[in-house]
Amino acid sequence: MMRSGLSGSGPGWLDKVKARDLKGSLSKLTGYLAHDKLALIFVLVFAVGSTAANIVGPKMLGEATTLLFKGALAQMGGEGSIDFERIGQLVGFTLGLYLLSALLAYVQSWIMTDVATHITYRFRREISEKINRLPLRYFDGASHGEVLSRITNDVDTVNQTLSQSLTQIVVSAVSVIGVLIMMLSINGLMTLLALLTVPLFMVSGLLIIRQSQTFFKQQQDYLGQVNGQVEEMYGGHVVVQAFNAEAKSKRIFETANKKLYEANWRAQTFSGLMMPIMTFISNLGYVIVVVVGGWLALQKTISVGDILAFIQYVRSFSQPITQLANISNILQQTAAAAERVFEFLEEAEESPETTAPVTLEEVTGRVEFKAVHFGYRPEKIIIQDFGAHVQPGQKIAIVGPTGAGKTTIVKLLMRFYDVNDGAILVDGHDLRDFTRHGLRHMFGMVLQDTWLFNGTIMENIRYGRPDATDEEVFAAARAAHADHFIHTLPDGYHMVLNEETSNISQGQKQLLTIARAILADPRILILDEATSSVDTRTEILIQRAMDHLMKNRTSFVIAHRLSTIRNADLILMVREGNIVEQGRHEALLARGGHYAELYNSQFAQADLVG
Amino acid sequence: MMRLAKYTRPYLGWILLAILLLFAQVNFDLAVPDYLSRMINIGIQQGAGTAYILQTGGSMLGLTLLSVLCTVAVVAVSSRVAAGMARDMRSDIFDKVSSFSNAEFDRFSTASLITRSTNDITQVQLVTMMLIRIVFYAPLMGLGGILHLLGKDVSILWLIAGAVVFSIGFVVVVILVTTPKFRKIQTLIDRLNLVARESLSGLFVIRAFNRQACEEKRFDAVNRDLSAVNLFVNRVTMSMMPVMTLVMNGLGVLIVWVGARQVAAGTLQVGDIMAAVQYAAQIVMAFLMLSTIIVILPRASVSAGRIADVLETQPVVQAAPTAGPFAEPFQAIIEFDQVSFRYPQAEDDALHGISFKALPGQTTALIGPTGAGKSTLINLLLRFYDVTSGTIRVNGADIRLVTPQALRAQIGYVPQKGILFAGTVESNLRFADDHLDEAALRASIETAQAAEFVLAQPEGLTLPVAPGGNNLSGGQKQRLSIARALVRKPPVYIFDDSFSALDLNTDAALRRALKPETKGSTLILVSQRVSAIQPAEQILVLDEGRIVGQGTHAELMKTNALYQEIAQSQLSQAAAV
Repeated sequence: MMRSGLSGSGPGWLDKVKARDLKGSLSKLTGYLAHDKLALIFVLVFAVGSTAANIVGPKMLGEATTLLFKGALAQMGGEGSIDFERIGQLVGFTLGLYLLSALLAYVQSWIMTDVATHITYRFRREISEKINRLPLRYFDGASHGEVLSRITNDVDTVNQTLSQSLTQIVVSAVSVIGVLIMMLSINGLMTLLALLTVPLFMVSGLLIIRQSQTFFKQQQDYLGQVNGQVEEMYGGHVVVQAFNAEAKSKRIFETANKKLYEANWRAQTFSGLMMPIMTFISNLGYVIVVVVGGWLALQKTISVGDILAFIQYVRSFSQPITQLANISNILQQTAAAAERVFEFLEEAEESPETTAPVTLEEVTGRVEFKAVHFGYRPEKIIIQDFGAHVQPGQKIAIVGPTGAGKTTIVKLLMRFYDVNDGAILVDGHDLRDFTRHGLRHMFGMVLQDTWLFNGTIMENIRYGRPDATDEEVFAAARAAHADHFIHTLPDGYHMVLNEETSNISQGQKQLLTIARAILADPRILILDEATSSVDTRTEILIQRAMDHLMKNRTSFVIAHRLSTIRNADLILMVREGNIVEQGRHEALLARGGHYAELYNSQFAQADLVG
Repeated sequence: MMRLAKYTRPYLGWILLAILLLFAQVNFDLAVPDYLSRMINIGIQQGAGTAYILQTGGSMLGLTLLSVLCTVAVVAVSSRVAAGMARDMRSDIFDKVSSFSNAEFDRFSTASLITRSTNDITQVQLVTMMLIRIVFYAPLMGLGGILHLLGKDVSILWLIAGAVVFSIGFVVVVILVTTPKFRKIQTLIDRLNLVARESLSGLFVIRAFNRQACEEKRFDAVNRDLSAVNLFVNRVTMSMMPVMTLVMNGLGVLIVWVGARQVAAGTLQVGDIMAAVQYAAQIVMAFLMLSTIIVILPRASVSAGRIADVLETQPVVQAAPTAGPFAEPFQAIIEFDQVSFRYPQAEDDALHGISFKALPGQTTALIGPTGAGKSTLINLLLRFYDVTSGTIRVNGADIRLVTPQALRAQIGYVPQKGILFAGTVESNLRFADDHLDEAALRASIETAQAAEFVLAQPEGLTLPVAPGGNNLSGGQKQRLSIARALVRKPPVYIFDDSFSALDLNTDAALRRALKPETKGSTLILVSQRVSAIQPAEQILVLDEGRIVGQGTHAELMKTNALYQEIAQSQLSQAAAV
């Protein structure tokens, strides 16, 4: 029912959305509904019943009115009286019909909302579970916003259709047929005249829609401009204020704002014409029917009560017609939305786990790379024939220019991607022989891209080991030198990181992620440029803590700073994805190759200071 | 919603017009059944004949036309009023947010402020339109219907009045019941979005820590809650249709029944009954239309509240009423005098008793670990926050006694992350001042080492900059930010770790070029690289919010342990001073 996050700037029926495979998506959706087959059958029956009861009502009332009219005439002419008994019967019966109709409609909508809500819940849950089964490769290509849109907007659209439109369509279809039958039973000529309004509806509707769309497009464009302005100015408010550019930014904004205003009211007025014009056409039909009906009543072809009934039928004719006319649009929208949801749910998942996984009692942390070949895309192999032996407890530094492929090795170690060729072994076992769960349990990771969530600092650190005690969390925070700054924050450890986790600085975030990794206490450590946004002084302290942590633990450190890797047991120099040099610091310097070049350029820096 | 009522003030005349038009429309609509009843009573019952029927038909057509014209006018008026109000609100909220200090941005969050200035206003606009078009119509219709019947039969009047009262009551109850639930739904949807977004952005970490099940549980909890509330709300709102339809139909039946008695008594004619049934239908239909607004009203109410919250906030940093410009001549002497600062609602001070003086022609550098307070200090100097105790003086004047504009006009600020705006390189450089001449722009680009990607390109200064500067690399953005600060040749420069995205060669060349340009100005430099701050006349070492060392590089290397550690970790042993 609620549109989440959409600006609601245009009525739904103006959105021109087309599904790629209308039949396919709809049939899949139907398949999904099959789960609640029984409920849906009830809904259908009740909807039809309710509509039918509603339709018969006016005819009955019309008869009662006719009786009244005849009786009144007779009474005036002194020939008889009003047959109250019969009228009473008819009235009671009609009332009963209406009550039944309302009851059926109520129960039907009760069941329908149940079904729709449940299906929506299922869709959302399946999407959230799917996210965790998709290979990382998928997310290289798809933006987060896109995926989110499926969870919210697309599922919402389907929900709305199911809970409202589905029954509306059935009711409308039955109404139209039923009303037509009833109208015909009263008088053919009047029915024909009433039907004349239908093509008028269609034509005027189409014309209005077409013109409105031009206006709406304009509106959307200006809305985008205004939104863009707002985003930029708010996001850069520090600079705007520092440069006293408030007036300038306001000027730019006002121009867009005014244009939006113009486009806005035009679009809203034009689309608002739909209702009155439809009403007019409908009233036109009403007047024609009344006049012809009156004339026919004079001829005694129909009775006075028939006029009343017919009027009510004509009044209730226009709405179902417009709704039916809208069907194709609704179906397209729903199919398109359902399509996106199904598309996502049918994406290829990560390669299945091995059926006979290895579990190690004691992980020593010996890692071996054997002729590893890898590329994110098959045409571009980045890592070519890489081999290395890492003894337990050794510190491996991976260095190289940006984009050289350093993080790729990490991703391979963690099996976020699988190697194209060759193998990576831990304690002599191929990575693929472990379950991903088991494998990742052995590693601890601190990334450059700090990820924290909307929870307390305590919860965030505890993410590393959910069963850790408070004391252990505090100890980990102290070891990461995060303890002090946590105390300067409001509520300390119980401070809730906000939605964008922007209420602490980048450096502080790094410290928290390090604390998290320290708490996890893993066998093999991966530090991905962890300390680059932490200043060198803190880095030293963390390094000391890490050294302590790294004792008897194998660690892979990816760093820009040569100072941190001087103590490494093995340095892997990466260029364009390939490991071009391996060795210890002094040896590599002596070789005078890529590593030496990198190190010297950093070192030469000190002399440039004037 | 009431908090925004003042925005209707300029449009009260139009709104009144709309109400009058609606009332006219109501009367036209209600007059049509009158002619129907006349047609029945006179045309048929009394046998006035075809001519009379045609005549009444013509009148009805005329009335319908008039009614539609009124509606169209109301549509136009309501659109204009709503769009106008939206424009006014957008303008005001933009002004307000532009005046916000960092404290307010922290409190609301930038993303939330953006939503409040865009989506929320659209919601309020929609509701305003519907209020005028639909919400006013229903009670007017009820009123009109009752007035119409006053002259006629009393018992039918009671029936209809009863139905009207019931309808109003029912609608009100539904609104009262569902409004808080809609608010809850909105919160839950936000939360659902948040959890989903986190799952996506934290894919690595979640999988690395094997927390998939945990994430799914988190999501499921919100999903369940949302579904439960949705179910309740949908059930309630769906019930409106059958109930109102029953009222409408039932009313028609009852009117015939009650009216029959009157006909027998001779006080009423059949045509009147038929007209009354029509009235009933029209009136109840009007109330049924109200139900369409129920879905939107709570959401709009929440939006209105959010907008009002922003509009009613006074920024903590404001120009004092007596504030004025700096005294002439301006001397760029910056003094921190026992400055302490605590972030709102923090447990501890972020800065304790900071005291130092920065003189023109000199570089004052700040160095220290993360969280030491370097950026906080800068924010205070720029008056993005106000000090909690102590004084900051510039040109001898407490900066709180000078307008923020006057203060910032003297400062060229280069933030840590290069922030640029959509436009061209030229528009970005002219950000502070439109009247700078082109030569000055070019010179500053050269100094900032940005010539190679600006002036060397065919577009030169007209090189386009995408929103947020996204078409440029981090290093390019930083260089342009530096050029932007240089261009005005301010007496004070603040470089907040502004060279971090530059590779070492460019960094060195840049600082060489900067020296002659910034001679005579007071330079405040924040950096992590000892090599960058080495030549500074005054280095302040900050740790945990306090100055723990003050002096030149040589002095500090001899006396300050923290400084020694930092320096030694960066310079290789062979070159250690």
